[in-house]
Amino acid sequence: MSALLEIRDVVVRFRVRGGVFSSAGSVDAVSGVSLDVEEGKTYGIVGESGSGKTTLARAVAGLHHASEGSILYRGQELRGLVEGAFRPLRREIVMMFQDPIGSLSPRLSVKSLITEPFRIQGMRERDLDAEARRLLAMVGLPPEFAARYPYQISGGQARRVGVARALALSPRLLIADEPTAGLDVSIQGEMLNLLARLQDELGLAIMIITHNLNVVRHITDRVGIMYLGKLVEEGETEAVFAAPQHPYTLALLAANPEPDPDAQLMRVELQGEPPSILRRPKGCEFHTRCPFAQPRCATEVPRWQAAKGGAHRCHFPAGWDTAAAAS
Amino acid sequence: MAVLDIRGLSVGYSTPRGELRALRDVSMMVPEGKIVGIVGESGCGKSTLISAIIRLMAPNARVGAGEVRFQGRDLLAETEAQMRALRGTQISMVFQDPMQTHNPVLTVGRQMMDIQYRERLSRAEKRQRAERMLALVGIPDPEARLNQYPFEFSGGMRQRIAIAMALMAKPALLIADEPTTALDATLEVEIIKRLRELQDEIGCGVLFISHHLGVIAELCDEVVVMYAGEVVETGSVRDVFHAPAHPYTRALLECDPGHIKVKTRVLPTIPGNIPDLVNLPGGCIFADRCERRHAACAARPAMALAGDGQRAACHLITERETA
Repeated sequence: MSALLEIRDVVVRFRVRGGVFSSAGSVDAVSGVSLDVEEGKTYGIVGESGSGKTTLARAVAGLHHASEGSILYRGQELRGLVEGAFRPLRREIVMMFQDPIGSLSPRLSVKSLITEPFRIQGMRERDLDAEARRLLAMVGLPPEFAARYPYQISGGQARRVGVARALALSPRLLIADEPTAGLDVSIQGEMLNLLARLQDELGLAIMIITHNLNVVRHITDRVGIMYLGKLVEEGETEAVFAAPQHPYTLALLAANPEPDPDAQLMRVELQGEPPSILRRPKGCEFHTRCPFAQPRCATEVPRWQAAKGGAHRCHFPAGWDTAAAAS
Repeated sequence: MAVLDIRGLSVGYSTPRGELRALRDVSMMVPEGKIVGIVGESGCGKSTLISAIIRLMAPNARVGAGEVRFQGRDLLAETEAQMRALRGTQISMVFQDPMQTHNPVLTVGRQMMDIQYRERLSRAEKRQRAERMLALVGIPDPEARLNQYPFEFSGGMRQRIAIAMALMAKPALLIADEPTTALDATLEVEIIKRLRELQDEIGCGVLFISHHLGVIAELCDEVVVMYAGEVVETGSVRDVFHAPAHPYTRALLECDPGHIKVKTRVLPTIPGNIPDLVNLPGGCIFADRCERRHAACAARPAMALAGDGQRAACHLITERETA
C-alpha cells in the first residue's frame, strides 16, 4: 500500500540577495528530504530553529514551491501545481499555524473564522450556524464562543479555534506547526489529547512540526530529525527513542532536562554553534559540532543507511542502547 | 542573610472591570549565593513580581501592601534616584528574548563598555574587562568579536552576551526572566551550565523564572511555586519535586510529559481554568480545580510546614498533623 503522502528528495531553494561584498546566490532551506506519511498516522518532524522543518511543512501545504524532488499526495504530484490547481486540494491538506492568536484575524468573530473555509471553497449551501456549532463542539468549546473575537479568548482556546478552522472541511492530512509552543504544560496536554481524539474519530493523518521531544515521544508513530535542511535520522518513534543512531539525535535527547533533580543525565555536549546554511560544512555537515567526529567525517559525506526501525546518515552510528549505556 | 526578602507583597492593576489582584500576600526569599526558581503558568504573577522588585511597574499597577527587602533595605520605600543607582549595579536582569536585548546599531564591544560608565577605568581597561567577560561566557575569539554587531551572533551567543553584561557589575542579585525559553534545547542546556558556573564564581543570588520544570530541577537550589497570584509551595528543589505537598504542584509535575516514561496517548491535564483575578473566589485559590477539595477549602489556607524547610498553602497538611 502506498502512503498518503510521499515526499521524495525534496529541495526548497530560496534566492539570497547578495550583500555589499557578496554576489547573489541561493540557499537550500530543505535539501533532499524523503519521507512517507501514512493514512491515519502521526509523523513528527523535529529540529532546532533554522533546520528547515517549517519550510518543509509549508512546501507540502503548497505555500512554498519545491525546487526539486517530488511530493505525491495520494499519487498526485503537488510540486509545480499553480495556485488554482492547488485550491481544491486545500480541502484535504490543511495547515495549522504556529502563532495561535496571530494567525486569527482580530476583526472576525470565531464563527466567521471557523466557517471561512466554506466561503473560500464556495460551499454556499452549508448552514454556517450549524457548522459553527458542530465545529465548536468537536474541539470542546461552548456554542457561545461563536460570537467572540480573538482578543476575548485565551491562548489555549485560540489553539482550539485554530483546530476547528483547520478541520472544518474534514481534511485527510493536517499539518500542525508547533501546536503546543507557548502553552502551559497543563494546557499542552489538553491540546495533544484533542488532536489524538480527533485523529481516532476522523482518521486524520497528522504531520507535526516541533522542537519538543517530549511531545513527539507520546503522540507520533514515526519521527524524522532534521539538521541544516536534511534528515539525519528517521524511523519509528519508539525505535528512535530507544536506540538513537545519529549523534545529533543523541544530543537532542540528552538536552531534554527532566523534572527530577536527581536525574542522572548522560549529556552529549555539542561543540560550537549551528553553522549557517549559507556555508554548509564539507563532508558530514554535523561534524563541526559532533563530539565523536573522526577525520573521515570532515571529508566524506555519509550515506543514508538503514538501521532497526529506521535509517540515518552517520559514518559512526551509536549502535547501542542509551538505557544500557546509562546504567 | 537573605539577599532578597519579600514579605506580604500585594500588587493590583486597575482595569475597567475593577481591580485585578495580580499578587496577593506573596512572601519568599533568595538566600545569599543561592539560585531560587519561580515556577508557575501564565497569569500566576511571575512578571508582576519581577517588575515590583525592580520597581518598573506598569502605570496602572499599585502596591497594596508588603515589603521588598534587598540587603535589608525596603525597595518600595526608595526614591526613584536610589532605585536607578541599584539597577544594573546591585540588581541586574537577563530578559527572555536575546534578539531584542541589544542595541542593533552598536557593536557588542561598545555596548559592553558603555554599561561600565560608572567605573573609573580607562577605555582600554573597560575593553579588557569586556573581553574577559566574553571569554568567561565561552565566546571564542573574544577580542575580535567585540567589534561585531549583535546580528553577527546566534541567539545562544546573544543570550550569553546578555548574561555577561548582567554579571559585569558583580551584582548581589541577578534576575533571569525565562532566559532560555527562546532558545533551542541544546543551547538551553549550555546556558544553564554557564549560568551555574558564573554564579559559583561571582557568588550572587539568582532569581530564576521559568515555566519549564526540567530547567528548574536542573539549575535551582530552591523553588517557589506560584498559582494565580499566590505562593502555594516553597522548599528545596529536591523536596518539592520528589514529594510535592500542594495538589497544584503535584498536578503540574504530573502534566509534564518529560515525567512520563511510558508512551501514552492520553496526557494528564489540569481541568478547569485559573480564577478571575478581578472577582476572586473566597477560600483556597486552587479549590475549584483540586482533586482533593473538601469542606475546609472554603477558608484560605495559611502556609504550613510540610517538611524540613518545605511549606505549602494547603489544609491537608495541617489536617494530617492533627489527625
